[in-house]
Amino acid sequence: MELVSPGLGLVFWMTLSFLALLFILKKFAWKPILKALKEREVSIHEALKAADRAKAEMEKMQLDNEALLREAKNERDKILADARKVREVIIEEARQRASEEGNRIIQNARESIEYEKMAAMTGLKNELAQMSIEISEKVIRRELADKKNQQEYIRQLLSQIDQTN
Amino acid sequence: MKMINRIVASLALLLCFSLFSMAGSAEKKSFNAGEMILNHVVDEHSWHIAEIGHAHVVIHLPVILFYDGNISIFSSSRFENPERTHNGFTLPLEGAHKGKIIRAGAAEGSPRVYDFSITKNVLALFISVILLAIIFISVARAYTKRRNEAPKGLQNALEPFILFIRDDIARAAIGEKKHEKFMPYLLTLFFFIFFNNLFGLVPFFPGGANLTGNIAVTLVLALMTFIITSFSANRGYWVHIVNTPGVPWWLKIPLPLMPVVEFIGIITKPFVLMVRLFANITAGHIIILGFVSIIFIFGNMMPALGYGVSVVSILFMLFMSLLELLVALIQAYVFTLLSALYFGMAVEEAEHH
Repeated sequence: MELVSPGLGLVFWMTLSFLALLFILKKFAWKPILKALKEREVSIHEALKAADRAKAEMEKMQLDNEALLREAKNERDKILADARKVREVIIEEARQRASEEGNRIIQNARESIEYEKMAAMTGLKNELAQMSIEISEKVIRRELADKKNQQEYIRQLLSQIDQTN
Repeated sequence: MKMINRIVASLALLLCFSLFSMAGSAEKKSFNAGEMILNHVVDEHSWHIAEIGHAHVVIHLPVILFYDGNISIFSSSRFENPERTHNGFTLPLEGAHKGKIIRAGAAEGSPRVYDFSITKNVLALFISVILLAIIFISVARAYTKRRNEAPKGLQNALEPFILFIRDDIARAAIGEKKHEKFMPYLLTLFFFIFFNNLFGLVPFFPGGANLTGNIAVTLVLALMTFIITSFSANRGYWVHIVNTPGVPWWLKIPLPLMPVVEFIGIITKPFVLMVRLFANITAGHIIILGFVSIIFIFGNMMPALGYGVSVVSILFMLFMSLLELLVALIQAYVFTLLSALYFGMAVEEAEHH
């Protein structure tokens, strides 16, 4: 039966053509195609690996950053606490110094008041002595016989003093 | 999508009308479905492309004959005479030697004539080989030109197949280390079978030749797998056949039962490859042609019946054609996979058992 008996001519041409196709494609198609596919796979594989590496690196960096941030925060808190303490100390000191200064000023004032008072009193005493001397002088200078006049006169002088004072 | 639907519908309508007209013309001579189908499935010395009115559009192919150390080349149109003879050779239209070139009036036992004609299948073979070469060389150029870039166009369409053959056939069956040596053969084999299966489904020139459904073609393909398997086989493979490990000695020593069974196994493997591809593709063609024939058979009985049956027949043909598209891929895959498995057995390291 023709259907299942292979024809010699077709077997010959088929062998020839298929081998020709095989060699042509092997040389000009499959070799470059398979090479290109392999190269692309290698490059994709490498790119993926590089991406993974970058990702890991970034994660590490993030962790580092977090640690750094935490450290910075702690530092800031510490600095703030220190500053608060220092402020309190300074305020305390200032208050103390201010009260000391106040006391000193008050003391000074008191001393100067005392001094002024003494000076005033000395002046007053001197003036009083001067006036007593003047009165005595005038009394002695006039030496009136008349006791009555004398007394009148003294009264008059006294009233003069009262008026001037 | 709507556009495509419209095109498909109009094509189907056109097909219906052309079939009706064929049914009309076929009424004159009695229609023999078996003969028609067989004529379409086997090889021919000329390629009948179309029939316009009563004129046949035929490509007359060259006949090449070897006989008694001589060579004779002439066009097959020379046989177009009432005696169907030329130069002492004849191409009978019926009888035991139908479709074969023999010596005219020669007695039995005279020197044989070797027919190396460029037949319909040989021409289809040449066309497909040239097309495959053009397609894959251009794809290879795309790969070298656009290095390390995403595939595009034809390259993109064919890459999944190439990757599938490499990763799921060659690497899986032969192994990571040794598969590269067999890749060119496996790729050529797969695409040759797949393309020719598809080409055989195209109903007009240059498709339509039943190339992968021809036993000579599948014979050559199976033989190549067999030869490559045998020549790349390592010691372990032959030891496995002559002295199968893990089998009782009395199956080997007085009567070499196991070696004989294994030897038959070597022969059956390519034989099965040959028959499977041939039978699957030929069967598909026969079924589709059978559905065409039904229209004419019913049309001969009563024209109206032919018209009625044609609707159902075309639906079935459409279904079969879609199925054949799947078969075209599956058979190419199976042939390639089994070849790869045989290569894998031949080069397997003998560390098992």
